[in-house]
Amino acid sequence: MEALFAIAIGTLTSCAVYLLLRARTFPVLLGLTLLSYAVNLFLFASGRLVVASAPLTDQGIEHFPDPLPQALVLTAIVIGFGMTALLVVLALRAIHATGGDHVDGGER
Amino acid sequence: MNHLPIAPILLPLIAGSVLLLSTRWPATARHAFSLAAVVAQLAVAITLLVTVTDGPIRVYALGGWAPPFGIVLVVDRLAAALLVLTAIVACASLLYAVARDTEAAAPRFHALFQFQLLGIQGAFLTGDLFNLFVFFEVLLIASYALLLHGLAADRVRAALHVVVLNLIGSALFLLGVALIYGVAGTLNFADLARVIPALTSADAPLARIGALLLLVVFALKSALLPLGFWLPRAYGAAAAAVAALFAVLTKVGVYAVLRVYPLVFGPQAGELANVAEPWLLPLALATLAFGALGVLAARSLRLAAGWVVLYSVGSLLVAVALFSADGYAAAIYYTVHSTLASAALFLVVDLVAADRTTAGDRLDAADAMPHGALLGSFFFFTAVAVAGVPPLSGFVGKVLILDAAGAHPAAALIWSSLLVAALVVIVAFARAGSAVFWRTVPAPAGAPAPPRPSLAALAAPAAILGCVAALVIWGGSATAFAQAAARDLDNPAGYIEAVLGGDHAQPDDRRRLR
Repeated sequence: MEALFAIAIGTLTSCAVYLLLRARTFPVLLGLTLLSYAVNLFLFASGRLVVASAPLTDQGIEHFPDPLPQALVLTAIVIGFGMTALLVVLALRAIHATGGDHVDGGER
Repeated sequence: MNHLPIAPILLPLIAGSVLLLSTRWPATARHAFSLAAVVAQLAVAITLLVTVTDGPIRVYALGGWAPPFGIVLVVDRLAAALLVLTAIVACASLLYAVARDTEAAAPRFHALFQFQLLGIQGAFLTGDLFNLFVFFEVLLIASYALLLHGLAADRVRAALHVVVLNLIGSALFLLGVALIYGVAGTLNFADLARVIPALTSADAPLARIGALLLLVVFALKSALLPLGFWLPRAYGAAAAAVAALFAVLTKVGVYAVLRVYPLVFGPQAGELANVAEPWLLPLALATLAFGALGVLAARSLRLAAGWVVLYSVGSLLVAVALFSADGYAAAIYYTVHSTLASAALFLVVDLVAADRTTAGDRLDAADAMPHGALLGSFFFFTAVAVAGVPPLSGFVGKVLILDAAGAHPAAALIWSSLLVAALVVIVAFARAGSAVFWRTVPAPAGAPAPPRPSLAALAAPAAILGCVAALVIWGGSATAFAQAAARDLDNPAGYIEAVLGGDHAQPDDRRRLR
């Protein structure tokens, strides 16, 4: 499962980096979204991946995941969601203000 | 428990929330409420500063959860000094915004201003890495909105770059946090300082990647080269009062470096000892040189002020990169000085631009300014402070940095870079000043003269310049304070004991789920 998880994070990140290097605001936005997914999965994995166990802890269970990263991921998701919403509005504003969706402003 | 340490977070939170609902209040009531909230924060910050100057480090455990499990706020000398600095700059820039009435008239300005302060002061107070991330995000999202105020095309364009860059920075921050948590099992600074030296050699490389990722993020926040290109344009495009407050923002990145690296990855950190040292000094010197050249090359005063921020961050991080008690002391003194000087510069430049009807802040020949003598003397004092010429505090700060660098192996390089960069900035300001104030053409007939700037608008930069002068007049005690704060940074044992208590001297492995 670790390999699958790692490949998923890697794929998301490489797609994100490709999109981030594009010159239009919308692909950049998608890239940032993918990057935040990858980061959230990575953060989740820092509490170790455990299957078939109690969600937090239980008596007699020795091997359980660390719950703290799950709380961190929740916070990161909320913040990432707010930031993405702001960026969408900003990108729309940039189109109105500069007449194009090029990341440097205007139509090139 | 004394609840004062959380007041710098709660006050702006409550004030900002009230101000969000205040759209129907008369403008004067909104201004007064916002100003009162900022003055209250200044009072709280000064009280905290007084208590920690001679007393122990104050630790506030939220909800009574004992560290390292709960969230802690820590007020030591460095944090308290930066709180006071933030509050002073906030008072002055808010006063300026109200006096000019251009920005403060917008309905959400005051609320955003308070949330910006919430983020900054929270970042100074927090005792763990994840809440540092959270407060970074709070201050960033407020700064985006403040930067965008007015939605002029150049502001939107600058803000788009800033937002995208900082979102990537946030992603890297979380990666670093996850790596460090994955190997150390804690994010509390004091706890990390105990756990990191004991890492096995299998885990240490992961923590090293995490530590360096964090350095990248802090470099982006403090606009260290090569991650600082966004800064001059963004700060130059922002409204003056906002840009003056933004002078504190880069210092949050510098603070994060000062807080994390000596404490967690200092010389005692085993395999990770001094992990930032090989990177910080060359990059800081490059930032210094680049910032000075930028000031010289700028074609408008606002852009020059933006480059000054970059230049001062470079000088500051040179002092930090010495990783010695003297270096930290110089960095702390120079942080206070350079923040005040750049904030005053942004305000004075805006006053000058408003007084030149045709040329604004561009370095072109224009008709003589009606209030040239008054604004010229303001500009002169600010330029003296920024360039680090005697008798103002920039000179003292420079001397402290040069003195601290004396024993460093690269002392010759550091000395020559600092002195040449200072000379370049002096030349740039001499040229800008003569271009703006002396190279005049006859005014077009019948053009209306700009009004005299109001007393309150002049009082804001005057107050900041007064603080700069106070840093020299009481230079002895200011330096002694900076040295005491630097000793705290250099001996992390005091910080660790204050947060975790004496009985946690050895890492407790029972709670780790590895």
